[in-house]
Amino acid sequence: MSALERLTSDHAKAATGYFALLARWNIWEVLFWLALAGMYFVPNVDLVLMSQIFIWGLFAMSLDILLGYRGIPSLGHAAFFGVGAYVAGYCGKFGWTEPISALVLAMAIAAIVGWLTGKLVQRVTGVGLLMVTLGLNLILYDLVHRSTDLTGGDDGLQGVTIAPVFGLFRFDIFGRTAFWYALIMAFLLFAVARAVVKSPFGLALLGARENPRRMIMLGAPVEGDVSRAFALGAALAGAAGALLTQTTQFVSPNTLSFQRSADVLVILIIGGTGRLYGGFVGALVFLILRDWLAAISPVYWYFWIGLLLVIVVSFFRKGLLPSVEALINRWKPSKAEEPSQRVPPA
Amino acid sequence: MSSILTVLFNGIAYGFLLFIMSVGLSVTLGMMNFVNLAQASFSMFGGYVMVTAMQSFGVPFLASLPIVFIVIGALSIVVERLIFRHFYNTDDLTQVLLTIGLVFMSIAIATYFWGGTYQRIDMPSWLTGQRAVLGLTLETYRIFLIAIGAAMAIILVLGLERTQLGAMVRACVDNRRVAGACGLNTDLIFALTFAIGGGLAGLGGALSANLLGLDPNFPLRYLVYLLIIVSVGGMGTISGTLIAGLALGIADVMGKYYFPQFGGFVIYVLTVACMLWRPHGLLGRQT
Amino acid sequence: MNDMVLETRAILETRDLHMAFGGLVIFDCMNFALRRGERHAIIGPNGAGKTTFVSLVTGLLKPKSGNVFLDGRIITNDTPQQRVKAGMVRTFQINSLFKALNPLESVVLALLERDNKARLSLRSVSAETELIDEAMALLTQFDLARDAYGLTEALPYGKQRLLEIVLAVALRPKLLLLDEPAAGLSTQQGHEVFSQLAHLSKDTAILFIEHDMNLVFRYADVVSVFAAGALVMQDTPENVRKSPRVREVYLGN
Repeated sequence: MSALERLTSDHAKAATGYFALLARWNIWEVLFWLALAGMYFVPNVDLVLMSQIFIWGLFAMSLDILLGYRGIPSLGHAAFFGVGAYVAGYCGKFGWTEPISALVLAMAIAAIVGWLTGKLVQRVTGVGLLMVTLGLNLILYDLVHRSTDLTGGDDGLQGVTIAPVFGLFRFDIFGRTAFWYALIMAFLLFAVARAVVKSPFGLALLGARENPRRMIMLGAPVEGDVSRAFALGAALAGAAGALLTQTTQFVSPNTLSFQRSADVLVILIIGGTGRLYGGFVGALVFLILRDWLAAISPVYWYFWIGLLLVIVVSFFRKGLLPSVEALINRWKPSKAEEPSQRVPPA
Repeated sequence: MSSILTVLFNGIAYGFLLFIMSVGLSVTLGMMNFVNLAQASFSMFGGYVMVTAMQSFGVPFLASLPIVFIVIGALSIVVERLIFRHFYNTDDLTQVLLTIGLVFMSIAIATYFWGGTYQRIDMPSWLTGQRAVLGLTLETYRIFLIAIGAAMAIILVLGLERTQLGAMVRACVDNRRVAGACGLNTDLIFALTFAIGGGLAGLGGALSANLLGLDPNFPLRYLVYLLIIVSVGGMGTISGTLIAGLALGIADVMGKYYFPQFGGFVIYVLTVACMLWRPHGLLGRQT
Repeated sequence: MNDMVLETRAILETRDLHMAFGGLVIFDCMNFALRRGERHAIIGPNGAGKTTFVSLVTGLLKPKSGNVFLDGRIITNDTPQQRVKAGMVRTFQINSLFKALNPLESVVLALLERDNKARLSLRSVSAETELIDEAMALLTQFDLARDAYGLTEALPYGKQRLLEIVLAVALRPKLLLLDEPAAGLSTQQGHEVFSQLAHLSKDTAILFIEHDMNLVFRYADVVSVFAAGALVMQDTPENVRKSPRVREVYLGN
């Protein structure tokens, strides 16, 4: 080998190594999931709250695919959550009580709704996009809310029965099965999202996030990718919704409300976009804070969450998780930086 | 026939109310590209200031209106100088998030000072009841609303078109940098515009207190409408906001009257359709 | 003025291209041809319609009437992506790079798109070892290997310009359209860029808009002069340099 060839070969090996390093599960990730699982064994832990955290974390992560990785903001993401929730609800009501298959069905239907939404909003950006996503959410909410015959309206869907997981683990009132079911499903779906984001499609999403025109000039099907991103985000959100229905045996219109869309956006922003874990961190902070504050002063909890949002947006615009990571990196620089974090994602 | 006209009339009154509440948002959005969702909170506080002025200080209704305008206008300037002006160069989403955070805080603040129940404003007797106008029986208060709304619209349009301040505001809306380069004190003009927009929002809130219900959740209820009006009408245009406000008001009232099972649905469908067809709003400029 | 040689082996051809924005006519009956492997420069004063022409040809703009042909096939109604897949690639006058991706990732993405591999599998990018190797080789060829992992934004302007070209070259185009490739570069940097381009395959036709006449006269086989939306002259660099018409076009009467 000539010197140039050897140099090229070294360069090439380093390059592949770079991508491999980005894809590898690092120790912090493993510890994170183990810690979450370990919460089960903490004395007096509120298992129901933990399940909620897993579900909201998955929900916020699903929005991250759209917002953090593809740069599409949405004020109506709860629409997909609600679709999944109601599909799981109807399954439970009409005899399809096996939870895992119902979950898959909920994801599939939510994905279709997401895909159609993606096709609809392709040419809209900025405030217009926020308005269209909000509008679609409100339309769906209104439909569900009004159709009391079909959905039970505000009273929610009655008679939802969920069978034990694998026929063995009944959803008990202490929330034990719910905890593990929600955690394991959230983890599996997280792993899927992680794989997508580290795959070539992840690069394409990030490319289009920053520069759709350049992606067009690479021959990339940018418009189709928007639909694909929506489908994926919607499927994951639908999964979260289904998990909520299955762990509570209940579904009501507030699964699709604007409040829920605003909350998940706030959660994701607090935790940090473009990092997949941001959604989970945000859910931890938001839900624990809400639980704690609501116990102290139920009326004024809004003040503190509003203030937290203002502070995060003012000083930690990237969100808590990336800000903490940036701090750690300054102290102890790591070799590979997440591509989604190089530029403030949203 | 008369019932259609009455419903139409009510819709127009509602529309003018929405116009007054959202015109400030439209102008600041068009001028500084600043998405100020906290505008809805200014409306709410306008209502509460009115309540306090009338109930705690015994100020009569009509006299309270300018007080509300001035107090909320001043509040807007304070918030603008302290907080907003640091975010002028950030993206839409950041501004949305910031102002949503402020909305959340405002809800708690309102609850703390005024409690969580609905507040009522005692109307002076000459504004209550109904009058016969052109063969129709119309609520006096709504006639009043239309009169004020129309007057506001005229003042604003004339003010923008005919006064020097108006010309300066238009220059800033068009191109801030060049306006500054021409020697205009853009900071002062922005602050003033914010003040007027905020004052109007407060006024709208005060006027709407009995009609729409004044409680700490007011911002969340009406935020959506404000956004719709501003997006559909096109940002930065007074006439656009007026037309969108009227259209929305009429559609909402007529929808709820004639199709009670569909009500608000119609508005959302129209909004989505409009944004897809004309992303910059009906009268907005293609930036 | 249509001084045009209709070459049956033209890689790019426009016929009677008419473009207007509202009432403002940019081109009226533009006929243009470019041969396979040709190094062809477009020059002309500002506002002559050069960039609009490139945007029309690449599909970012639609003409009011007329047709565009790539390699003999009519592509007037093809999407920009279809044209890229057919072998027509362009760079922009102002750098159009991926801020969130470093140079290595950017080139790998370009190659993934080229080979239609960007939507197939859930395996990590690291599995595409051949494409990664190719990306690294391209970066090395253009002397960007040491900058492969850094922030794209942090690259000096000249290197960003080179990266812009690497992204285009990576797609193995039949026709490369470069909009002022040397814009914002020093004379020496400009020559470096063009000498890199000169090394490209003889099969790749290169159409470039340029203002720097030294570069044009050194690297172009054919020069087209655009003025006020018309093709005023198309000839060898020597003849163009000597032509009084061209001087008139640039300096006015």
